[in-house]
Amino acid sequence: MAHPIERTRSRVRLQVNGERYEGELDHRVTLLDLLREHLGLTGAKKGCDHGQCGACTVLVDGRRANSCLLLAVAQDGADVTTVEGLGPAGPNPLQEAFLERDAFQCGYCTPGQLCSATGLLAEAAAAPGSADLSRAGIAEGMSGNLCRCGAYPRIVDAVRDVVAARENAAPGGAVRGGAVRGEAVHGEAVHGEAVHGEAVRGEVGA
Amino acid sequence: MKPFAYLRPTGLPEAVAAHGGRPGSRYLGGGTNLVDLMKLGVEAPDTLVDLTGLPLASVEETSDGGLRIGSGVRNATLASHPLVRTRYPVLAQAVLAGASAQLRNVATTGGNLLQRTRCPYFQDVAKPCNKREPGSGCGARDGSHRDHAVLGHSPQCIATHPSDLAVALAVLDASVELHGPDGTRSVPAAAFHRLPGEHPERDTVVEPGEIVTAVLLPPETAGLPCRYRKARDRASYAFALASVAALLDIADGRVRRVALAFGGLAHRPWRASAAEELLRGADPTETAVRQAVEAELAGAQPLRDNAYKVPLARNLACDVLLALARAARS
Repeated sequence: MAHPIERTRSRVRLQVNGERYEGELDHRVTLLDLLREHLGLTGAKKGCDHGQCGACTVLVDGRRANSCLLLAVAQDGADVTTVEGLGPAGPNPLQEAFLERDAFQCGYCTPGQLCSATGLLAEAAAAPGSADLSRAGIAEGMSGNLCRCGAYPRIVDAVRDVVAARENAAPGGAVRGGAVRGEAVHGEAVHGEAVHGEAVRGEVGA
Repeated sequence: MKPFAYLRPTGLPEAVAAHGGRPGSRYLGGGTNLVDLMKLGVEAPDTLVDLTGLPLASVEETSDGGLRIGSGVRNATLASHPLVRTRYPVLAQAVLAGASAQLRNVATTGGNLLQRTRCPYFQDVAKPCNKREPGSGCGARDGSHRDHAVLGHSPQCIATHPSDLAVALAVLDASVELHGPDGTRSVPAAAFHRLPGEHPERDTVVEPGEIVTAVLLPPETAGLPCRYRKARDRASYAFALASVAALLDIADGRVRRVALAFGGLAHRPWRASAAEELLRGADPTETAVRQAVEAELAGAQPLRDNAYKVPLARNLACDVLLALARAARS
């Protein structure tokens, strides 16, 4: 009665950090394992491997995603950017801001934080009216990335610095909502609230 | 993980044929839940039929003035769509209250509805669970059940459905379109998920081989005042302990249309029809709202460690309904 499994491997083609990859892969290989085990790109980290910590965050066609939950075969044709591809010619402004603000302790979550913040800033630029880049908005936007060292305040500082720099570079320009809380669709009602009054971050599990 | 075949059809008939209604076949959307369950050994399909190659990823206005949301529309796209935000804000709010930005970029509308419970006994193949393995028992009933159901549960299962989106759909009187070997049908969103009863292994009314192709939002609820509120253990990125979606339309000081649904309390979004009945035509005072909500929750059957959910849900519902009533007055 079982369906005959004709093929359990397929040819997969991807663009990773601007370079073409093509190879035959077992369908079980996740994008994270392809990057780390097949391509030697160990920047994206395997934290929880269940989409709960964000350490594996990469950009797929410009959108941030948990690479541990993506089957590589299902990403055929995608354009993937990992932390290695963010600043190929040296640290980019976001990475500089993380250094400047000391936005890490152990550094394990940092590649995911950097890719996630890159995605957050791109989302804000694409939808300037609805982006909330206040401190609270950044914390909410980055909530898919856990940091067991608790570097959250400095991570928010670093992202804020990049937002401020962009605003200064283009006054009245595309990136808004930095100083002023935009009329975001996620107003207070959306954020939800912690029953115990304060956010408890750094604990995996829901 | 067990080896599996992977297919990515581009047409609906091919997808249905590729699945074939076989027990080992699974449709794949974004995979944010299914791939995780495969890693955990809860799911072990021999064939994955990827639906992302199908033309199901658009949001379109319907001729009657409603919206048709393709099942392949990603959660982030849905929540940021201008027509969703302006006409059905409770839906955008609910979607943004769930998961993380990374997950919302990948998870689909159909997959959100079909995601499985996060009950830890369901997710651990070494533990008894009637939903995962019918007849094996329920470890949660006498075990760790702080997050579990207080309404509509059965001796076999006390799991909750984790979706926020589905709770919003319940108050919008949305419907879910299904396509299967026998053609297309649609079911009300509020009747899409089942109560566990004696068959907790069945989360929904979807038949083997059927594809969720779209969610339809009716013109009747477009533009009406509505709101979503969610309580969880941390401020973001956690499943609901309790959540509330409400729609309240007031004319001449009286409730003309009301819809209230709870998330996090039951095996499906819990449409509060008793509360709605009491509020319809009434002046939505604090007393009236509280009595209506309490009447709905009078049937709650909390377990040893989750009785807190009843007052939590009551307070959330009263707060949201009264906020909508205040907004209507001003």
